[in-house]
Amino acid sequence: MSMVRVDALYKSFGANQVLKGIDLRIQEGEVVSIIGRSGSGKSTLLRCLNQLELHDSGSIEINGKRLDGEAMSARQLSEHVGMIFQSFNLFPHRRVGENVMLAPMVVRGESREAVEPRARALLESVGLGEKFDAWPGQLSGGQQQRVAIARALAMAPKVLLCDEITSALDPELVGEVLRVLEKLAVDGMTLVLVTHEMRFAREVGSRVVFMHQGKIHEQGDAKRVLDDPQTPELKQFLASTR
Amino acid sequence: MIDFTLWDILGHLLRALRWTLALSIIAFVGGGLVGALLTWWRTSQIKALQLLVRGYVELFQGTPLLMQLFLIFFGLSALGINLSAWTAATIALTLFTSAFVCDIWRGSIEAIPAGQWQAARVLGMSRLQTLRHVVLGQAVRIAIAPTVGFSVQVIKGTALASVIGFTELTRTATMLNNAAFMPFTIFGLLALCYFCLCYPLSRYARYLEKRLDVHGSR
Amino acid sequence: MLDFLSLLPYWQVFVEGIVTTLWVTVVATLLGLAIAVPFAWLRLEGPRLLSALIGIYVELIRNTPFIVQLFFIYFGLPALDLRLSATSCALIAMTLNLTAYATEIIRAGIQAVPKGQREAARVLGMSPLQSYRHVVLVPALSRIYPALTSQCIIVMLGSAVISQISVEELTYAANFIQSRNFRSFETYIVATLCYLGIAIAMRQSFEYIGRRLFGFLQGEQR
Repeated sequence: MSMVRVDALYKSFGANQVLKGIDLRIQEGEVVSIIGRSGSGKSTLLRCLNQLELHDSGSIEINGKRLDGEAMSARQLSEHVGMIFQSFNLFPHRRVGENVMLAPMVVRGESREAVEPRARALLESVGLGEKFDAWPGQLSGGQQQRVAIARALAMAPKVLLCDEITSALDPELVGEVLRVLEKLAVDGMTLVLVTHEMRFAREVGSRVVFMHQGKIHEQGDAKRVLDDPQTPELKQFLASTR
Repeated sequence: MIDFTLWDILGHLLRALRWTLALSIIAFVGGGLVGALLTWWRTSQIKALQLLVRGYVELFQGTPLLMQLFLIFFGLSALGINLSAWTAATIALTLFTSAFVCDIWRGSIEAIPAGQWQAARVLGMSRLQTLRHVVLGQAVRIAIAPTVGFSVQVIKGTALASVIGFTELTRTATMLNNAAFMPFTIFGLLALCYFCLCYPLSRYARYLEKRLDVHGSR
Repeated sequence: MLDFLSLLPYWQVFVEGIVTTLWVTVVATLLGLAIAVPFAWLRLEGPRLLSALIGIYVELIRNTPFIVQLFFIYFGLPALDLRLSATSCALIAMTLNLTAYATEIIRAGIQAVPKGQREAARVLGMSPLQSYRHVVLVPALSRIYPALTSQCIIVMLGSAVISQISVEELTYAANFIQSRNFRSFETYIVATLCYLGIAIAMRQSFEYIGRRLFGFLQGEQR
């Protein structure tokens, strides 16, 4: 059974058709990098996977559960899919540790005593164990993004969506975030990334999906697709990113 | 108790409306003129003037309009200066308005980035020239929405003139109610009168604010 | 000749007036803010009818004078056979007034919170209400805190008007004193300064409370 199963997905914003029939299967433990120009629909596809955008037609199944508009509550969905954003979106009025603990406490009603050891362990695993009581505003961008990863993991999702999570970072901070992702990949987490980091996609990713004008234009094994592109559009795109 | 029809009440209120309007317009225009002078002083280079205007604004913004009215009407008359309710209300509302618009306009001038002043200065313009040709045009655009918005406060403020015995809308309504005792109808209609004056101005202020946002974000 | 000494025998009347002004302000502020927080949310995310009703209420209050609202309640309620004390009527009017302004201010604050915050809350599984309560509310309040402070001070200054339905607050006290000692100028000067003092004290207390509530902002600036 696929972890993510997308069939004939369509999505428009007004007159602008952004997704024009997407079919996609992602197996458990896969690390899939979605690449493409801005406006190719890659972020919209990602946002449809956790219903931040509601698709017009087609179907999405995550871990065997079908998403149909209102069918699944935000709460149920969060058991399956986690997400990390380009702009971190840490809650500025909550300390780092509280950012990680908030959702399990509020959404699942767990006690602080039960969540705190887990939150500390998660922060430890992203290298920020000593920042438990810091305010988000006191952290660098790279540190904030690592907190955001720990926060998403606190809900123990089956799939983690990453929407250009290194694009807002200074170049010297990108590495620390990618290393955390790589560790997750090695541990077997299913990752779906929209990314510009071709080296990461090639070395850590198991598959690359190239989107062009609202469709999946080319996809396959990461190294194969990036080293030996078949379509002229992908060749051109890869040339422009070098 | 006297019997009044709805039309009697409305007729009385509408006739009183002109006094509310007259007081509002005089206070707004007068307050605008005094406020302009105060803004000029407030943004001048002379420390003493700046401080004086700051104190003035603080005083009028930090005390009730009703107290200001009492002080000018009853207070001055105890010192031998007898003003009619109309004059006292005009003076009080003008001063009240001037303090608030001065604050709005000062804020608008200060919102102009320092780079504009510097750019004009390196072009050889004097302070006055910069203010006139560079800053003022931009500041007016920022100031217009909150200024229109404040006109609503002036109209509502005129209702307090009723307390010192000036017969405008609110005092007319109170007198009607004393005679007819139909509080719901009379004060409901009274509220409606104010609403009809104020709501279009509120809407217009909000429209101006939105338009500025759109232009500003370009 | 000014003669402020003639006010000395009445100092107690002043103090009682100030105490009344303070307590009605505190009660109206707490009640008004407590109602405005859910109202602002309902205005934005509530059922359409409820949102529209709150919108009408807000516009009605904002576009009519406080004294008219006060008279409507004070003279109107007895006509419904609802007899309340003048103080209760004043409290109702002040609370209704502040609630309307505060609803509008808080609504603007909520809209100014970046969309990403709400999206982050949602992908973590929070319901809209949980997201408002735990994620949006505090940053929204911190943004509009200065405006909220000013509005609460305006309500305090506006409370001078409740003297007109004979609530014995500071303005009522001043009127009483000047009717006894015939020193209206001095009396109103002192009352005016009392108001100024209360306004300044309120601003300072709000700033102090703000620093405690929104300490995270200092972290953000570092």
